[in-house]
Amino acid sequence: MSASAVDTAARDQEQKNVAKFGLGGTEGSHSWFARSGMFALVLVWSLPTIGLLVSSFRSQSAVVASGWWTVLSDLGTLTFQNYADVLSETAGGSTLAEAFVNTFVVAVPATVIPILIAAFAAYAFSWMEFPGRETLFIVFVAALVIPLQVAFIPILNIYGSVGIAGSFLGVWLAHAGFGMPLAVYLLRNYIGSLPREVIESAKIDGASHFQIFWQLIIPLSVPALASFAIFQFLWTWNDFLVALIMFNEGQVATTYLAQLIGSFGQQAHLLTAGAFITMTVPIIVFFSLQRYFVRGLTAGSVKG
Amino acid sequence: MGAVLVRAVVAITLGVGGAYALFWLGNALVDRFAKKDPDKIRAGVFVAPAMFVVGLFLVFPLFETIRLTFYSNNQVRGEGRAFVGLDNYTAVLSDQVFFSSLWNNILWMIFVPSFAVAIGLAAAVLSDKLKPRWENFSKSLVFLPMAISFVGASVVWQLIYNWRPPSEGQTGLLNGIWVGVFGGDPIAWLDRTAFNDFALMAVMVWLQAGFAMVLLSAAIKSVPEDTLEAARIDGASEIQVFWRIIVPQIASTIVVVATTILILVLKVFDIVSVLGRGGQFGTEVIANTFYTQFESGNYGTAGVYVVVLVLMTIPFMILNIRRFREQEAMR
Repeated sequence: MSASAVDTAARDQEQKNVAKFGLGGTEGSHSWFARSGMFALVLVWSLPTIGLLVSSFRSQSAVVASGWWTVLSDLGTLTFQNYADVLSETAGGSTLAEAFVNTFVVAVPATVIPILIAAFAAYAFSWMEFPGRETLFIVFVAALVIPLQVAFIPILNIYGSVGIAGSFLGVWLAHAGFGMPLAVYLLRNYIGSLPREVIESAKIDGASHFQIFWQLIIPLSVPALASFAIFQFLWTWNDFLVALIMFNEGQVATTYLAQLIGSFGQQAHLLTAGAFITMTVPIIVFFSLQRYFVRGLTAGSVKG
Repeated sequence: MGAVLVRAVVAITLGVGGAYALFWLGNALVDRFAKKDPDKIRAGVFVAPAMFVVGLFLVFPLFETIRLTFYSNNQVRGEGRAFVGLDNYTAVLSDQVFFSSLWNNILWMIFVPSFAVAIGLAAAVLSDKLKPRWENFSKSLVFLPMAISFVGASVVWQLIYNWRPPSEGQTGLLNGIWVGVFGGDPIAWLDRTAFNDFALMAVMVWLQAGFAMVLLSAAIKSVPEDTLEAARIDGASEIQVFWRIIVPQIASTIVVVATTILILVLKVFDIVSVLGRGGQFGTEVIANTFYTQFESGNYGTAGVYVVVLVLMTIPFMILNIRRFREQEAMR
């Protein structure tokens, strides 16, 4: 199945009231088996996160003395103190509050900047004729799987010469570059599947390519733009490697946590609260925009 | 902190405004000066920025990194380096760490996609039989780890794998069960070379099974119902229906999901770096060994590890291009 066929399948699934065909009906022993099986799976899959959440409310002495599952025996000692403390706790030169802001400052421009660039390219690849169109697009398809480790040595050399090594600007540009193949690929799949008549009739009405792009393509492509935006935002928010190597104006959420783990034992009680705080943003984005996220995932399931 | 926010706003404004201005200007110049075939030149203007960015951050570095593997390690922005031919390659190939990294990478690439797909498939099939409300709810919970960073997941799983001396209370869930229920001696799950690789892989399976579930669930729902009904009327059991009717029809999705996860774990770094403490106790993988070499300033040697990663991705690159060509032919 092609990536776009997977995309279509996912779109079908989004329609809540899609007719269910039930494997062998939802009655009787099958249903019982499915329910208990799925319950066990959900339990196992949720336990780690529940453990983190419970731990984050336990006092420093309780965290080192016993496991989180014994929480029922020390309910009276539950506290918000860890959350209050970790925000001003310094690791690797930043407090968590600062690292949190830094993560936003990295992630938002790194998400916004590539979108427009990719959308123009996707439109040209879909609806404009030019020599070498397919060959050029294959470069993007191939670039989808290039491991981003290739970039570090050459790009840091360039950044060093230009004087933007370790800066926000350097990380924004790098994320824009690493996300570009997926953005172009995903947007072209979507923009290319818009009905030809719409674009043709706009042309007959005398609209230029620039006008068609702004007045027709961009409004029609909001779902695809949103799915790339969510995908890229989660990716840059959760990124560890690029920040670790390319960023030195303080810590971001992931590098902060990694620093805090280094002092494990001492800060075990703060670590869980800190991890939970950094997880809130992606989880909120994820739950409120799950539909777009799923579409982005399915359409981008060839990314490297 | 305020200054940082101001810079971010400026960056967004300049980034978006600058990109808009660039395209607008390019477009206006084409209108003004291009007499013959203006739309072909215009297409070039539209595509050029994206090409430039991908060229600068992925295509050029690919070849530049390969070139640098033929130079000595003590290179800082090209100064003081010497051409050493294949020396970096022979050094890597005679290093035990390379082979253990490669072997661990191969284990990851075998086990993580298999388990993630198997569990994702089970979740997709089982949840499909639930009432829609419960189906959505249970799927959301299995999918939730997708939103968590690999570093965050490492913190989460420390609470599973923690080890404490037998005299103290266990704080890791696994040891809590092992000591409390089975009466065993606490085990340092992340230190024992016999299974610490698998302890780390479990984290990735936990993160990726939801991804597999979502795609496979969509595929299962698109299997035509009449093929299932026909099989049932012919007396096929539910297990036969699953293996003989459903699985063959979703085989291509299984391949897509497995390859996507495979490409992801090929470059696995964060979990081994944080939970595996940089690949200690024999858990090192290629991307971590690359990082160690990179941090030591051994750019030539580090480059060889990148080349290994690139070589491993080439089959998938070919596969993607072939799939794209087929897709285009169908358009």
